[in-house]
Amino acid sequence: MRMLRGLAMNWFMIIGAIVFWLAAWALNVWLAKRYPHSRAVRLFVPVLFGVTLLVLWEGIARGADIPTVLLPPPSMIWEKLINSLPILQADFMQTFVQSALAGYAMGCGAAFVVALLIDRSPFLQRGLVPVGNFMAALPIIGIAPIMVMWFGFDWHSKAAVVVVMCFFPMLVNTVEGLKASDAMQRDLMRTYAGSYWQNLRKLRLPAAMPFIFNGLKICSTLALIGAIVAEFFGTPTVGMGFRISTEVGRMNIDMVWAEIAMAALAGSTFYGLVSLIERFVTFWHPSMRRT
Amino acid sequence: MRSFFPVLTVIAAIFVIWYVAAAIMNMPWERDQAERAKAEFVYSTALANTMSQERPVLPAPHQVAQEIWKTTVEKKISSKRSLVYHGWITLSATLLGFLFGTVLGMLLAVGIVYNRAMDMSVMPWVIASQTIPILAIAPMIIVVLNAVGVSGLLPKALISTYLSFFPIVVGMVKGLRSPDALQSDLMRTYNASGAQSFWKLRLPASMPYLFASMKVAVAASLVGAIVGELPTGAVAGLGARLLAGSYYGQTIQIWSALIAAAALAAALVAIVGLAGKLVERRMGVNR
Repeated sequence: MRMLRGLAMNWFMIIGAIVFWLAAWALNVWLAKRYPHSRAVRLFVPVLFGVTLLVLWEGIARGADIPTVLLPPPSMIWEKLINSLPILQADFMQTFVQSALAGYAMGCGAAFVVALLIDRSPFLQRGLVPVGNFMAALPIIGIAPIMVMWFGFDWHSKAAVVVVMCFFPMLVNTVEGLKASDAMQRDLMRTYAGSYWQNLRKLRLPAAMPFIFNGLKICSTLALIGAIVAEFFGTPTVGMGFRISTEVGRMNIDMVWAEIAMAALAGSTFYGLVSLIERFVTFWHPSMRRT
Repeated sequence: MRSFFPVLTVIAAIFVIWYVAAAIMNMPWERDQAERAKAEFVYSTALANTMSQERPVLPAPHQVAQEIWKTTVEKKISSKRSLVYHGWITLSATLLGFLFGTVLGMLLAVGIVYNRAMDMSVMPWVIASQTIPILAIAPMIIVVLNAVGVSGLLPKALISTYLSFFPIVVGMVKGLRSPDALQSDLMRTYNASGAQSFWKLRLPASMPYLFASMKVAVAASLVGAIVGELPTGAVAGLGARLLAGSYYGQTIQIWSALIAAAALAAALVAIVGLAGKLVERRMGVNR
């Protein structure tokens, strides 16, 4: 009898989740048709979609009795996340703040300076840009074992991987951006007798900003990925990549998901922050206009 | 052709820097050896030796080239030590994942362009999905799928799929929306149906965007396949080669796997670029 009730409960959960999904879908379609230009709807529709995914996940994971080793339900992951905040914080400090942020700053900074330098020589530009483009497409993550050998197990080797990963996308974008000002504007600066530095500061750098921020945004996601994957090749016993690979080995999948949730949160926040700064710096660009 | 000599110069400079760096970085070991053997440290012989160490800190380019030659041409293709064998395993996962990713990305893009609710609800999550560092979850996906009984090519291909569908969706949506009002109006005056204007206007117009994204996607797909090989316990594939090399301190092996991966990436991007040119010519896209 109890088993039967349990079974009914399971079916109830699955069907409930699916009904919720269909209802949310219908609501979304209706909202999108009815208020296509309202700001609130624009925010609400994707949020509802996300909530639906979570409900569907929870309902099916619990209802179909999927072993938690395979796919733990979101509520369980949330519980684990709350209960192991100190560990998560230590991992976060090691991987994100020390490896990813340090590497990001150094890689993007170095690429920016090199771009300014090669900008003065058309010969170097023609030579370095194709090579940089080529390098940006390579699986650079593969240098992780080499960096671990050179710089040791601690965060320095991870930061080095991040530096190399960020360098080429940033270089290519900055060089591209420095060419973005058009001839008319440059001629105007010439008639003002602007020096090289005035030209750079008042015209070319502002014009390059959309490109530079494009590079910064690409690198912000690359940095976290680089830092985490580099930890698969050897770390001290702390760090997000280390935690993920060891907890997978111990089949603590809920802990892995908690770590992933935090990585996603950190990654999105970082990306969002860079986009926000972009909004302030390049407010004049057409892509920033409200539609 | 204008940039031929500059590129050549830069590449030559890279090689020079590489040799100098190899000499500098391998020197401490030579010095150490000489001290241990109580032999006199002769700078010129030490310098020559830095170019041919067994396990150098940084192998010289010709050592890597020799290793690649040895493991591709001189070994049988079926041998476990052949780079061609490992490269093929990585390549097959890459291609399968790339295929899945392209199909999925194109379907999603068509849905997003033709369905407003999907545009509003799916698009933000497609973007958000990329903030999850999938490469970091790769080990979990492999292990979990292994536990379910799916192993071999498919788990790696799934990781590649996840990485490659995103650029395709973004590029394809942009491309399908690229025909301007004038062209859509022309289709309307022809009384074209929705399907006709899709096949005859939107799809051909999206091709340049699609192929530009496919170049990015195929490179991402290769990265996915390589990282997907890391946690499988270093069995086969270029990623496994990297991992095994780092366990045993075989730097030359790491570098040769790295160069092989780079060559593979370059070849794949070039092939996609060439296919793009052919399709665009066929579709009548003029540049």
